[in-house]
Amino acid sequence: MKFRIALAAAALLSLPAAVQAHNAWILPSSTVLSGDESWVTVDAAVSNDLFYFNHNALRLDNMQVWRPDGSEAELENQNTGHYRSTFDVHLDQQGTWKIGFERKGIFGRYTLDGKQQRLPRGASADQLESLIPAGATDVQISENAMRNETFVTLGAPTETVFKPSGKGLEFLPVTHPNDLVAGEPALFRFIIDGQPAAGLKVVVTPGGSRYRNSLDQIALETNAAGEVSITWPQPGMYWLEAEAEDGNSTIPGATERRLGYVSTLEVMTP
Amino acid sequence: MRVTVLFALAGLASYTTPAAAESLDITVNVPRLSVAEYHRPYVAIWLEKPGMPSIRTLAVWYDHDMRNNEGRKWLSDLRTWWRKGGRSAQIDGVTGATRAPGPQRLTVPSSSLKGLAAGDYQLVVEAAREVGGRETVRMPITLGSKRSATARAEGKSELGAVIATVKP
Repeated sequence: MKFRIALAAAALLSLPAAVQAHNAWILPSSTVLSGDESWVTVDAAVSNDLFYFNHNALRLDNMQVWRPDGSEAELENQNTGHYRSTFDVHLDQQGTWKIGFERKGIFGRYTLDGKQQRLPRGASADQLESLIPAGATDVQISENAMRNETFVTLGAPTETVFKPSGKGLEFLPVTHPNDLVAGEPALFRFIIDGQPAAGLKVVVTPGGSRYRNSLDQIALETNAAGEVSITWPQPGMYWLEAEAEDGNSTIPGATERRLGYVSTLEVMTP
Repeated sequence: MRVTVLFALAGLASYTTPAAAESLDITVNVPRLSVAEYHRPYVAIWLEKPGMPSIRTLAVWYDHDMRNNEGRKWLSDLRTWWRKGGRSAQIDGVTGATRAPGPQRLTVPSSSLKGLAAGDYQLVVEAAREVGGRETVRMPITLGSKRSATARAEGKSELGAVIATVKP
């Protein structure tokens, strides 16, 4: 009996990971642009294959666009279809733009009257009090915070959009993400709550996976300075994912925090 | 006093700039291509060397006279040039129209070489064609030499022979 409960608990714990098994991605039509002004169109989807829309659209509710000066820009011509969402960004300012979203949530479980219960999907921290009934025991709450971003540059690259908030897992590129070239190493830094994210697992997957038999992922781990160096094997679009777990949640009662960072990066021919 | 100033200027000139009379003549052969849809290539020509703070753009041939600067939209297709410095360069003084197939001559004015130290450089020519390919051709040249010298390199697809002559 005890064994069975343990199994159930394990299955439950693995659920968030299973939910994330599909890859969420934001794909801009171009990342390096010239001219007085320009446009990019952006696809956003959740799928297994990169970058093919064959599973679900990524909803645009939390999607944001930042100009090089830090101001927010419109998502123009929005549409959410069955397999993908699309929108346009009017690049009316020279420099590097950020397109992306942040998702925060909690996973949790508790025992009530001898039965294990799970918090509903999509629960947020401010609902916690009402979601956990009086008399619940063995309450386990885990905070989830992930960012998914991509960058496009009109004209010369700028750095303003990389200014960290100091909260959660963030990407602090040393090599500019719109300055990536096949065969050349790129240095990326990650921080957690503003501090170097040492020992962070970073996985990079090249796009076009439909036409390969293997994922050809590059698995890396950050050094003490929170840095990884990636040498791009070929030009193309890449999907970068970094994940971390710690106990430093700011949500009262949460014992665990899961952090994620995803970025779509374009690597050019030399 | 005046002599001293002149002397100082001469000293400065000898290591910061090549001889003032130096000229650089470049011939770029734009190949005639038998394709269904042909557009003249965008071409960037520049000098670079390791450790140089920024490349020196000598010429950019593109649709520079379109309404609302629309021709600039495709400048980033000159990918190598764009990344190495085109994206932050002031190009107004070195731009020209796209060139037709055949040998195309460029005489680089000494003003374009101003401030470049004598020494070895790579001369790079990059061509990118709308609905077509892209190619980069590079060759070593020396600025500030006492003798004139000619360098030559050959493209394979988007560029033909490129010949550069440096005269003191």
